[in-house]
Amino acid sequence: MNAQALFTAYSTIVLREIRRFTRIWPQTLLPPAVTMTLYFIIFGNLIGSRIGDMGGFDYMSFIVPGLIMMAVITSSYANVVSSFFSMKFQRSVEELLVSPVPNWVILAGYVTGGMARGLGIGVIVTLLSLAFTRLQIHNLPMVVVTVFLTSALFAVGGFINALLATKFDDVSIVPTFILTPLTYLGGVFYSIDLLPDFWQGVSMVNPILYMVNGFRFGILGVSDVNPFVSLGMILAFIAVLTFIALKLLARGKGIRH
Amino acid sequence: MTNALEIEGLTKTYGSGFEALKGIDLHVAQGDFFALLGPNGAGKSTTLGIVCSLVTKTAGKVKVFGYDIDTHLSDAKLHLGVVPQEFNFNQFEKVFDIVTIQAGYYGIPLKKAAVSAEKYLKKLGLWDKRNTPARMLSGGMKRRLMIARALVHEPRLLILDEPTAGVDIELRRSMWAFLEEMNRQGTTIILTTHYLEEAEALCRNIAIIDHGRIIRNTSKRELLQQLSLETFLLDAETALDNVPELDGFSCRLDDEGVLEVDVHKGQALNDVFMQLEHQGIRVVSMRTKANRLEELFIRMVEHNAPAAEGITEGRT
Repeated sequence: MNAQALFTAYSTIVLREIRRFTRIWPQTLLPPAVTMTLYFIIFGNLIGSRIGDMGGFDYMSFIVPGLIMMAVITSSYANVVSSFFSMKFQRSVEELLVSPVPNWVILAGYVTGGMARGLGIGVIVTLLSLAFTRLQIHNLPMVVVTVFLTSALFAVGGFINALLATKFDDVSIVPTFILTPLTYLGGVFYSIDLLPDFWQGVSMVNPILYMVNGFRFGILGVSDVNPFVSLGMILAFIAVLTFIALKLLARGKGIRH
Repeated sequence: MTNALEIEGLTKTYGSGFEALKGIDLHVAQGDFFALLGPNGAGKSTTLGIVCSLVTKTAGKVKVFGYDIDTHLSDAKLHLGVVPQEFNFNQFEKVFDIVTIQAGYYGIPLKKAAVSAEKYLKKLGLWDKRNTPARMLSGGMKRRLMIARALVHEPRLLILDEPTAGVDIELRRSMWAFLEEMNRQGTTIILTTHYLEEAEALCRNIAIIDHGRIIRNTSKRELLQQLSLETFLLDAETALDNVPELDGFSCRLDDEGVLEVDVHKGQALNDVFMQLEHQGIRVVSMRTKANRLEELFIRMVEHNAPAAEGITEGRT
C-alpha cells in the first residue's frame, strides 16, 4: 500500500471510531460530563469550601486539572477497549485482518479514535469547569502536550487490554481495579505533600501522578513533581506500551487462531 | 501463467495439540471455479483461514497470484476477497457503511468506494437496504452483504466459505448465477460447501479434504466418471403395478410406484427405454435418485476414515 492508501485506511478507522462514539453519545459523552459536574459541585463547592487552600490555590481550582485529566484518561482507555473488544466479540475485526492494513496503522487508527473521544471529553469537562471556577493557563504548550500524550498512552493501554481480553469481565477489570485506584491516588484530589514520607515514596511509582501533575503545572504552575520528568515518564510509557501492542498484534494475540 | 493460489506442505497444529492440517498441497489456476469439500472438522475453514490470514500456519507455503504470504502479505491480501461462514460485520453499522468502510481498509477513497459499493449492492439486490443497519437484514441479505463487502475492492480471487448456508433455494440459485457471472468475468472462485449439488453445478475442479489431508484433487468431470453405478427414477405415464422385466438391469418400484433402475458404467439408457417401450410402458419423466457427487463424496470419506484414524493414532 502506498502512503495515500495507508492514510485512507487510517482515516477510515478513525472516522468509524468517531462515528461510533458520537452515535452512542448517551453512553460515551454524557456520563463523564454528569459525573464531573457532580465532582465539581460536591468536592469543589460543598466540601472544598471547608478544606481551604491547597498548593496555594482554592480547592476547586486545585482539583479541576486533575478531574479533567481523570476524564481524559478513562474516556481514552474506555473507547479503545470497548470498541476493539466488541469488534473481536462480533468478529468484525476480521474485516481488518483480511485487509492489507499494516498493524501499525490499525494501532494508530484506534489510538487516534480513543484520543478523539478522550480529548473531546476533556474539552467538555473544561467547559463545565468554567461554571465553577476561573481557569487560568500557566503554560499552554505544557497543557496541550501533556493531555495529548496522556490520552495517547491510555488509548494504547486500552488497545492492549482489548487484545488480551477474552470476555467482557476482562474489559472492566483493569479500569475498575487498576485505573480508577491509581487515578484517585494520583493526586487528583490532594497534593502528595500532605502524605507521610513513606506514602509520598509509594505515590512516586504511580504513573498517573506524573500525568496529573504535569497537566496541573500547565494550568496552575504548581506540581508535586518536575514537569519535564512527567513528560519523560509519559513518553517512556507510550514507547513501552506501543512496543507491546505491536508485538501482540504481530503474534495475532487474541485475534488470530 | 501464475496460479491464483498455491499451497505447499501446509500444516496447522492448534495450541491444544490438534493437528488440523497435515501437509496440504493445492494449486488453483487463474479463472478456475474450485470447490474444497470435506466433512465437518476436515480442515476446510482452517485452510482458507490461513490463506486469508485469519489463522496462523504452523508450516508450509502459501502464495496468492505468486505473492508469498510470508514475505508479501499485503500484496497477497490486495488480490483476495473473503466471504466467511459466520456473519462477521458490525451489526449496528448500515449496509452502505459496512461496504465502504471495507473499501477504505484497502486504501480506496470514499468517492471511488461509493461507486463500487453501489455497483455490487445493486447487483446483489441490497441497494434499497443501503441505509438499513445490518442487524435488521434477513439471513439471506446478510450473506449477500458479505459477498458485496468482499467484492468492493475488485479482488481477483474470491474465497467463499459456505456462502449459501441457511439460504432458501430461490436465493441460492440467484447467488449461483451471480457467482457464475463473476467467474465468467475472470474472478477466480474457491468455495467450500455442504451442498454438494452446489459444487456439482458450479465448480470445474474439486478437492476433497478429510482429517487434514487432501484425499482427492481433480476435475469434476473425472470425479464423476468414477461413478460405476447410478440409480435413475422413471415416472411412467400410468402407474405401474408390477416391476417390469429389464434384461441386464436391476430395477424395483418404490412406495409411490416410481420405477428405480440401476445403470452400471458402460450401460446405455437407451436399452432401458427400448425394453420399457416393448412392454408398453411410456416414461414421462426421469431423474437421478441421489446427487452424484454426494454419493462419491460419502464413499471417499467413508473409505478414508479408518486409514486416517490409524495415522492419527500412530502419531500420537
